[in-house]
Amino acid sequence: MAGKSEPIASEHIAIHPKAGQIQLVLLAVIGAALLLAPQFLYPIFLMKLLAFGLFAAAFNLLLGYTGLLSFGHATFFGGAAYFTAHAVKVWGWPPEAGILLGVLGAAALGLVMGAIAIRRQGIYFAMITLALSQMFFFFCLQAGFTHGEDGIQSVPRGTLFGIFNLSDTMTMYYFVLAVFVIGLLIIWRFVNSPFGMILKSIRENEQRAISLGYSVSRYKLGAFVMSAALAGLAGGVKALIFQFATLTDVSWQMSGEVILMTLLGGIGTLAGPVVGAGLVVTLQNYLATSDFPVTIITGVVFMVCVLVFRRGLIGEFFASRLGRRLGFRSES
Amino acid sequence: MSIAPVMTQSEPRVVLTARGLGKDFAGFTAVNNVDLDVEHARIHALIGPNGAGKTTVFNLLTKFLQPTRGKITLLGQDITQTKPDKVARMGLVRSFQISAVFPHLTVRENVKVALQRPAGLAVQFWKPLSSLDRLNGRADQLIDDLGLTPYRDHRAADLSYGRKRVLEIATTLALDPEVLLLDEPMAGMGQEDVRMVADIIRDVAQTRAVLMVEHNLNVVADICHHVTVLQRGEIIATGDYATVSADPRVRTAYMGTE
Repeated sequence: MAGKSEPIASEHIAIHPKAGQIQLVLLAVIGAALLLAPQFLYPIFLMKLLAFGLFAAAFNLLLGYTGLLSFGHATFFGGAAYFTAHAVKVWGWPPEAGILLGVLGAAALGLVMGAIAIRRQGIYFAMITLALSQMFFFFCLQAGFTHGEDGIQSVPRGTLFGIFNLSDTMTMYYFVLAVFVIGLLIIWRFVNSPFGMILKSIRENEQRAISLGYSVSRYKLGAFVMSAALAGLAGGVKALIFQFATLTDVSWQMSGEVILMTLLGGIGTLAGPVVGAGLVVTLQNYLATSDFPVTIITGVVFMVCVLVFRRGLIGEFFASRLGRRLGFRSES
Repeated sequence: MSIAPVMTQSEPRVVLTARGLGKDFAGFTAVNNVDLDVEHARIHALIGPNGAGKTTVFNLLTKFLQPTRGKITLLGQDITQTKPDKVARMGLVRSFQISAVFPHLTVRENVKVALQRPAGLAVQFWKPLSSLDRLNGRADQLIDDLGLTPYRDHRAADLSYGRKRVLEIATTLALDPEVLLLDEPMAGMGQEDVRMVADIIRDVAQTRAVLMVEHNLNVVADICHHVTVLQRGEIIATGDYATVSADPRVRTAYMGTE
């Protein structure tokens, strides 16, 4: 296959006739694994996986499907965690209302940050989002309701819809799983919609999209707000899982971590960022007890990823012969 | 030479005008004092040696660049300060010198992207992709008109260069623009493709204005009603092909070198 350009090469791999069924079986196996997982693994760890998986998938909506690299997504994740925690703890709101506030708050922050940042492209876009998220970090450091370095602690999980007691770990796990699945479904629909089609065309050829009469910045802003809102959904849930909202979640390191997760797993795929988040969170968990500094390991993993499998784990699999036979496609 | 069937040609209708158009880049004047009148149902060629500023004029007219001087009017409305996407929505649609397709979309999807906005199906993020199926008929019609039916489900990246250009024209026509700006639509094409594209352009120009940059003078002589010659950013001659090609300045500047 050497010497041929990729699009031509991809034509010669026929999709397996039963690819659709195989995909469904895979999905069912993953679904069953997620339902049974808390029987075998520490539920808090699993919930952390799901929350960060959703966060990374939301971030990927922007990087993978819109082609915008935001370096400020911690603002939406951590900001929503503060909003949810405050609403639930101080105002005594039920968890669903608290999470909704987190989502709306993150969307509002996304509207402001997006409206400012999308005027510029590439590295300038990334720098503006970084600068604005640093401003938000210092706001959170100083503002009264966040309790500065202490964060908002012992946030009650409450009772979902007045029926499900989330203090029960298993109930909480299935609630988080449901939010995770709904979040991914929203992303999937968003990407595979008329709007998603325009986003894709903008990513492929922005000048051409403009010349067809699309006001490109509005579409980018729409994707930015959606991505921020879903990151907020992940953040709000995270605050309830750990019953804690902290400065760590709005720090620039968190913005960097989500980029790492997404690139590791594979941008432009729905599953990639989730797998990447799983890998990073697992590494952090296992290395937390060892003397070896986590950041060195994750840094090395990242370098290996960039050098050896640039498409990310899932991205490489989708692009492989087997992946293409099974009918998988990466969007970038 | 084909003349628009519906129009009475007694009073030519000017749809796009430029007056005193100029553009400076950091002290260098790329385009200076350009006047243009593009008429409905006419093919207007913009020719000139490399670096004469033809593409810059295109970028100014479509507002991808903001003019330093001058005024542009489209269908009676001043568009000198209008944004490029708005200009496109007003009916002035351009193609690009380097073929502008969406490479990872299929031929049909490329055309459908252009149809989505006029059909009001561009912002629905909650609807499935199948909601775009009702654009298939119109898309397939355009694809068929331009002879691309055998490639309908191919990705645009896999098409030959000539077919990419044809696809670009199909996508542009999907918007049914009042004024069509084509930047070297036949550059790099084989003889047969040139013939085909020339026929297509002649055909579409029956109901709309076409302004095209073109190097192939045989084509210009063959299909264009009006020719404007640009040199170093300024117009040195304008008129029909016979007049322009007889102009001594043009002969020295451009055609004399052939």
